[in-house]
Amino acid sequence: MKTAKTSKIFANIALMVFCLLYLFPIYLILTNSFKSRSEMYENMVALPSKLSLKYYESALGKMNFAISIKNSLILTLVSIAILVVLCSMTAWMFVRSKNKLSGALFGILVATMLIPFQTIMMPLMQEMNWIGNHMGVKMTDTIPGLVFMYIGFGAGMGVFLYHGFISSIPVSLEEAAIIDGCNTWGVFWKIVFPMLKPTTMTVIILDVIWIWNDYLLPSLTLKAKANRTIPISTAKFFGQYTISWNEAMAALVVTIIPVAIFYLACQKYIIKGVAAGAVKG
Amino acid sequence: MKIRKGWYALFTFPLMFIFFVVVIIPFAIGIGFSFVEWDGLAKHAMSFVGFDNYLRVFTDARFLQSAGRTTVYTLISVVFVNVVGLIFALIVTTKLKTANIARTMLFVPYLIGGLILGYIWKSVFSEFFLSIDWGNWLTDKTKAMIAMIVVTTWQMAGYVMIVYITGIMAIPDDVLEAANVDGASFLRTLFSVKFPLLMPSFTICLFLTLSNCFKVYDVNIALTGAGPNYQSEMFSLNIYNEIFDLSNFGYGQAKAIIFFLIIAVITLIQVSITKKREVAM
Repeated sequence: MKTAKTSKIFANIALMVFCLLYLFPIYLILTNSFKSRSEMYENMVALPSKLSLKYYESALGKMNFAISIKNSLILTLVSIAILVVLCSMTAWMFVRSKNKLSGALFGILVATMLIPFQTIMMPLMQEMNWIGNHMGVKMTDTIPGLVFMYIGFGAGMGVFLYHGFISSIPVSLEEAAIIDGCNTWGVFWKIVFPMLKPTTMTVIILDVIWIWNDYLLPSLTLKAKANRTIPISTAKFFGQYTISWNEAMAALVVTIIPVAIFYLACQKYIIKGVAAGAVKG
Repeated sequence: MKIRKGWYALFTFPLMFIFFVVVIIPFAIGIGFSFVEWDGLAKHAMSFVGFDNYLRVFTDARFLQSAGRTTVYTLISVVFVNVVGLIFALIVTTKLKTANIARTMLFVPYLIGGLILGYIWKSVFSEFFLSIDWGNWLTDKTKAMIAMIVVTTWQMAGYVMIVYITGIMAIPDDVLEAANVDGASFLRTLFSVKFPLLMPSFTICLFLTLSNCFKVYDVNIALTGAGPNYQSEMFSLNIYNEIFDLSNFGYGQAKAIIFFLIIAVITLIQVSITKKREVAM
């Protein structure tokens, strides 16, 4: 018995040591972001002798961090709010009025989930520029334009996830509400939408991970410095200056902080959502 | 349930309109673009070249190398991601006290977007490796590719771990107990009981990693930036560079359509395999 206990303790310690080593790259940027340049090249693995925030100050300034994080937050929150509302409404209609149109539209939505972004990026930019030039609605280099595009790209997965869930809930509750005099709008928002919460959480989690981290689409449309999102300003940071690594590492640390907060706050939902998304997608 | 046409339109039109503008129209225009030669400048005319763009890929050495490299990278990464992810899943589903913390820690990399992750590892493969006299891996074409695979594995192992955990949890306890009573060894239980029951999880993970690795872009641009001398340029980045760097809009779009066809074939094989298995069960 005693040996079983010690081997268990040993296994626990080994697992923790392994996990810490696994996250070594994060330790590396964290520790060196506080060091001076000479201290960093002396020994990159050592802890800093003192916590200097010098590189954080200059990195935050060069990245325009406050503006970038505001843009990323607005972009992610607004896109997801609209996606949740529109996808759930559309999916519910498709399930509850089964006709040829619903079937065809749902089929197209799901089929186009196969299209990689690279296949439509260039014609999409041409179209968005054309709309700007001929219809007077500026779609490129604006956050609302980008929100519009994320709604289009998120539609397939959102409707697909809601469609599956709604198909599994009985219609009787909705019919009872109609008999009680509730109209279609009321039935959806008062009866159906609250029941969709598990799927709504999945959609939110998957879309946060996707939109917050997305680089290619915003890199194609956003030009003005004031519109940059976090990935864009990080990429500019690594492209524009000859890399001063202490500063770069400080920049990387601050970009991870929002992700870490999000993870700590909704860890359970994130793991559940990612699993559900992978299995159903 | 009867729903009036007005409600149907109100619920579905907004999303379907945005979806058509953002996905369907560009996809259709994109097919047209693949048959012309154009440098992307509005004042320059496009000329129709038929299937020339599609034939041209067969004589484009840089493209063929990039496509071949992407295939090799994808196959190796898929194996590594799944083996590592499965081992993680088996470890964190044991009764060890630290298993839950380990699961939380091993999943962290997936939440950090590919771009930021690429930059974090860039500091490891260049600055850190230089500091311990291993040399800069990103300036050597073979080591740069190994670096790509390491980062991909680091990013996605935690992701597939989550899917495998779901599969392992779904194995009924009595099956495992029966194996135990029959005196099956640990390895015997693993290979004769757990793995066959995990087949659906294998299918999901294999194809998720297959299409995700084949589409890799963010890690590529952040970690190696196609260097040294385009020797680590992947399929996606090759399309991007052909269109936006070399200004061959028509030719680049033809590559983008080929890219779509490859992804579509991979996914359709996945769907047919999953369907067959559902029938078998």
